[in-house]
Amino acid sequence: MITTPKINRRAFIVGSAAAGAGLALGLKIPFGATVVRAADGSPEINAWVVIRPDDTVVIRVARSEMGQGTITGLAQMVAEELECDWSKVTTEYPTPGQSVARKRVWGDFSTGGSRGIRTSQEYVRQGGAVAREMLIQAAANGWSVPASECSAASSVITHKPSGRTTTYGKVAEAAAKLTPPDPKSIALKDPKDWKIIGKSVKRLDTVGKVTGAQVYGADLKLPGMLSASIKESPVFGGKVKSFEADKVKGMPGVKHVLAVGDSAVAVVADTWWEAKTALDALPIVWDEGPNNQVSSDTIAEMLKQGLDAPQAFVRNQNGDAKAALAGAAKKVEAVYAYPFQNHAPMEPMNATAKYTADRCEVWVPTQNGEAAFAAVLAASGLPADKCEVYKINLGGGFGRRGAFHDYVTQAVHIAKQIPGTPVKLLWTREEDMTQGRYHPVMQAKMTGALDASGNLTALHLRLSGQSILAAVFPQNLQDGRDNLAFQGLDPSGDFAFGYSVPNLLIDHAMRNTHVPPGFWRGVNINQNAIFAECFMDELAHAAGQDPLEFRRKLMTKHPKHLAVLNAVADRAGWGKPAPQGVHRGLAQMMAFGSYVAACAEITVKDGNKVDVKRIVCATDPGYAVNPAQIERQIAGSFVYGLSGVFMEECTVKDGRIEQTNFHNYDSMRIAQMPKVESIVMPSGGFWGGVGEPTICVAAPAVLNAYFAATGKRIRTFPLKNHGVTMV
Amino acid sequence: MARLTINGKTTEVNVNPSTPLLWAIREQVGLTGTKYGCGVAQCGACTVHIDGKAVRSCIMPVAAAEGKQITTIEGLASGGTLHKVQKAWVEHEVPQCGYCQAGMIMAVAALLKDKPKPTDADIDGTITNICRCGTFQQVREAIHAAAKA
Repeated sequence: MITTPKINRRAFIVGSAAAGAGLALGLKIPFGATVVRAADGSPEINAWVVIRPDDTVVIRVARSEMGQGTITGLAQMVAEELECDWSKVTTEYPTPGQSVARKRVWGDFSTGGSRGIRTSQEYVRQGGAVAREMLIQAAANGWSVPASECSAASSVITHKPSGRTTTYGKVAEAAAKLTPPDPKSIALKDPKDWKIIGKSVKRLDTVGKVTGAQVYGADLKLPGMLSASIKESPVFGGKVKSFEADKVKGMPGVKHVLAVGDSAVAVVADTWWEAKTALDALPIVWDEGPNNQVSSDTIAEMLKQGLDAPQAFVRNQNGDAKAALAGAAKKVEAVYAYPFQNHAPMEPMNATAKYTADRCEVWVPTQNGEAAFAAVLAASGLPADKCEVYKINLGGGFGRRGAFHDYVTQAVHIAKQIPGTPVKLLWTREEDMTQGRYHPVMQAKMTGALDASGNLTALHLRLSGQSILAAVFPQNLQDGRDNLAFQGLDPSGDFAFGYSVPNLLIDHAMRNTHVPPGFWRGVNINQNAIFAECFMDELAHAAGQDPLEFRRKLMTKHPKHLAVLNAVADRAGWGKPAPQGVHRGLAQMMAFGSYVAACAEITVKDGNKVDVKRIVCATDPGYAVNPAQIERQIAGSFVYGLSGVFMEECTVKDGRIEQTNFHNYDSMRIAQMPKVESIVMPSGGFWGGVGEPTICVAAPAVLNAYFAATGKRIRTFPLKNHGVTMV
Repeated sequence: MARLTINGKTTEVNVNPSTPLLWAIREQVGLTGTKYGCGVAQCGACTVHIDGKAVRSCIMPVAAAEGKQITTIEGLASGGTLHKVQKAWVEHEVPQCGYCQAGMIMAVAALLKDKPKPTDADIDGTITNICRCGTFQQVREAIHAAAKA
């Protein structure tokens, strides 16, 4: 998900050129003594910090909170440098329209790829530091003393020689009038001096979530608002041929029956339930197009052809894997397959739009306010200074609400047909299940060579399947190759493969389908970790070696990968006897800049009832901003990842997705939850992600434990297709 | 038209009697803490109490709820004091995105009324709500904490 800003920038250039000027939203930019004010009149010290007279510190956060704790973590980073009283911190979202008007002062809004903190940590800390220096300078000016004699702590500024003190709230007005210093002139704190970063401070957003007070996109109410329910062509790429609006126009509450683009129909009514009821009764004829011939079987066959295709995109190679395999003493081969999966966040897709000829506003739960803004510009046809997006709390995202704003486009297309009336578009769960941006479908064929001593001398890992970038951001392909397809298998970088193999070839035969792929929490590490880590286990067993020792020999040049693996092995007691009936499995990976590993302990009854008792997980994200929230992300990621490998598959029949709701697309419940023990072991010196990396190690660790328990190796997923269930 | 007693207050709602209680609560009464997640009683995001029992309101017609005491998440706290389950949820920082949590909390509050000291097996058998963020580890901790409160 490293690609959205490019699209956004292009949209913004188009938008602002049409507007003739960028700064047209009524925001005042500080020139000389002009103070930028927040909505309540409080002075903005800089883009990141507003301070109210009562010392309340409002920290601006551009990334979206969807449960992962990013607003708390980012606020911790600003507050650390700001030297403010943490108990007085609150947060707010700037809007994308404001950001565009202010030359993207808040940077990237995109919240995906586990990058909320790791890619904004420097500039948000600088934002806090600059504001601190301005507040200190303002106090020093008031006392007519050098700023160098003053210091700040917990929102109080002290003049050391005289002992005089004042507070941030008292000097905020004066500070806001100062010219900000160059951020580069201010040294950021040494991590060893951090007081707020690295602490498990409480989240800032909990209470509203337990009282029902927090408003999600689906809960929004605006005066005069109507509600809409929509049906998009069930076959991807299909169109609406006709619909009989007259059949439902007289139904209770119905106001409009509308075509939305050329591929969807919506009913707009006083209430959503009325809209949905009428839409269910509306006869629609679809022009399904040629894709209605596609099925899961035809897709699987196409991918299978790619496993041995002569042409493939090479990403990681050294030595001569093919030659070494040809002359191998012992060859091991296996084919794995991973299915389409839907995100299914608990809150179905929604957006509320209000359109008039000279303004379009959209309220939307989004992982990327700027991408939503770009969608509003495109759908409304209005320039940037006549559009605005208000981010509403998300009921989950997991990647569905980041790069894709199809529901925003739909909402604007509906609102354009009813100018002046706000319309809330809410999808049914059925629409969410059948109009996803699915986890890509992928097969892999792995061939390994073992020498007489059981050393891995060659490995060929051939991927065959869908490219997300080819479908979503084709401009980001490199000479046709989708580097994201290789996450966790790269030669170096944030997704570096953790093994040194003398002869290595990792390549991808791209096989795209008409089913739209998307970024699903963890993206391609989900299947790549299963492929690599289960096959590593297969190789170890074929070599007659302990899976941990077999890996260790290949990891001597990858000390950080090895450190997390060793940590879970030690904590879990690998090599020591497990309790009666308990079997263990290991996995490790590097993803999104972090090193992660897991050791799963399971029991298996009747060969197919898997009880995942405990998973020990270690992560080295470089720095751990809020360890308690990292632990929650680890446990939560395991629920998503294990639901995926055990239960979740979107199958294709007649060109459409067959699963329609949680009765046939299941998700883990509390009874199936293992005990998760987290080892957060930041080693410093780099910034890795948290929300996604750990998701990928739960599945292979459990699968390897399943092999240890049963001697059976399952290579196609989900496990439910083999009668294997989670108990 | 139906008369609903929600959080101790009786309201007339002008809907078809087959309308699910969930949508009457959300769109007629305007209480949006009770969530729509699936509409087929799978996920539990819409859980409310009907005469003290946890019920998935997305498949219950309003006609069936008439004359009964309906409690939603907004009515769980008494006065300004959070219910012990809500308190435990705050203390243990259970919610992630939070969307499913109102339903989860209502299900747990009903469980604790029925079984003040639930075992893990009681929890596993009763709490079947879906949480895609995966908060279950904290949910279990918080249930036991609330049971001790």
